[in-house]
Amino acid sequence: MTVMYTKDHEWVRADGDLYVIGISAHAAEQLGDVVFVELPETGKTFAKGDDMAVVESVKAASDVYAPISGEIMEVNSAVVDEPGKINEDAMGAAWFVKIKPSNASEIDALMDEAAYKDFAENS
Amino acid sequence: MPQTLKTTPLHELHISLGAKMVEFAGYDMPVQYPLGVMKEHLHTREKAGLFDVSHMGQAAIIAETHEAAAKALETLVPGEMQKLGAWRQRYTVLLNDDGGIIDDLMVSRSGTDGMLSIVVNGACKEKDYAWIKERLPSSARLERYDDRGLIALQGPGAAAVLAKHASGVEALKFMSVAQTKIDDVAATISRSGYTGEDGYEISIAADDTEKVARLLLNDADVEPIGLGARDSLRLEAGLCLYGHDITDETSPIEGNIRFATGKRRREEGGFPGADRIVKEIAEGPSRLRVGILPSGRAPAREGAEIQSTDGVTIGAVTSGGFGPSVGGPVAMGYVSTEHAATGTDIQLIVRGKALPARIADMPFAPHRYFRG
Repeated sequence: MTVMYTKDHEWVRADGDLYVIGISAHAAEQLGDVVFVELPETGKTFAKGDDMAVVESVKAASDVYAPISGEIMEVNSAVVDEPGKINEDAMGAAWFVKIKPSNASEIDALMDEAAYKDFAENS
Repeated sequence: MPQTLKTTPLHELHISLGAKMVEFAGYDMPVQYPLGVMKEHLHTREKAGLFDVSHMGQAAIIAETHEAAAKALETLVPGEMQKLGAWRQRYTVLLNDDGGIIDDLMVSRSGTDGMLSIVVNGACKEKDYAWIKERLPSSARLERYDDRGLIALQGPGAAAVLAKHASGVEALKFMSVAQTKIDDVAATISRSGYTGEDGYEISIAADDTEKVARLLLNDADVEPIGLGARDSLRLEAGLCLYGHDITDETSPIEGNIRFATGKRRREEGGFPGADRIVKEIAEGPSRLRVGILPSGRAPAREGAEIQSTDGVTIGAVTSGGFGPSVGGPVAMGYVSTEHAATGTDIQLIVRGKALPARIADMPFAPHRYFRG
């Protein structure tokens, strides 16, 4: 399944009826060593663009925004326990949450891999 | 890089080492190298790290004799300067007339009688020099050394590394100074630094700075360390960052750096803001800089509100983050004195949530200075 990206460096990928969300490898590299992650609770709902999670590197905190609207169905507690995983496997094992979309067409407005690569290199 | 930024003699070296550069104190400075903040921090505590601190201000107070230079400088700082021995170094602060801190600085006395060398913060140096020139008694004058570089070699491996190129430096004690040669380059070195580790600060002519830096970086035990790790190292060591943990509004007594003031000076006064300092020592300051250990894993950053456990605001965090050697979040900040005792339960407001924390002794990582 295609991975889609936001301008705030979140990624979204379909997983059955749900969508998995994380931050891009590019974002992880820019942040440096991630030392803390705060994820939302299961059952919370977010509108696209809402503050959804927080990642902190040694030096600074960054907000993670909901790339699409929906309800949190699952959170990855492994990444809370070991935030350093984000620097190792941002696109895979270090996913953040799984969300049940309230409007799946929001995905279409996001960037595909090629568009994001171009965006990340030039921003 | 905006053209207005200044550069240090090591600028090209930083670029060639792949550093990520940021503006700091008006200079284009390395915030981290490819190793990354975490590993740079841990490497410094384990082996040795090389820091470019050439942005800091190097100058001297010059008079006919040591006594004259010391007396002149004592009109600006609360530290004991007259009894500063030859080849010794001391930490003190420039005070304004209200007893607030204009800057913190290192003062060292070399073998040249009547010369007290100072190192001040890069972001403060123009302000400091203007203040010193305006206030310094006519018996002394300020001389700037803008043509010198300054590098710090810090960590338990620092002495062995430097001794390969400058014999005898391993015997130098903490807060002592020597004039020596690093291979064939003339250098003034002090056994001091701002990481809590053993190590040296090395002052060299600007033109020789890169040569010495490369020489030290060639050692397998030495890695270049950026401003990111410099900040987390000094935070774990409980050391103040000027403009954050101490400012022109905080006194050295509130700032819990009483060691920057001399006993005789506190008794005799004769420095700016002496009335406030003497009063705060006698009656106790209304607020105090303390160490803070958050109970959870969320770092509390500068500006976070500090509350008592019943939700009353008692202060604010002035420095905070993740301590790589501690393995968790650490912070410092000011609290009203009745809440300043070690072990006091407090809460920190982070992103609107009250997180439990307690007042803790500093340093968070033990100082490992070489005292002989």
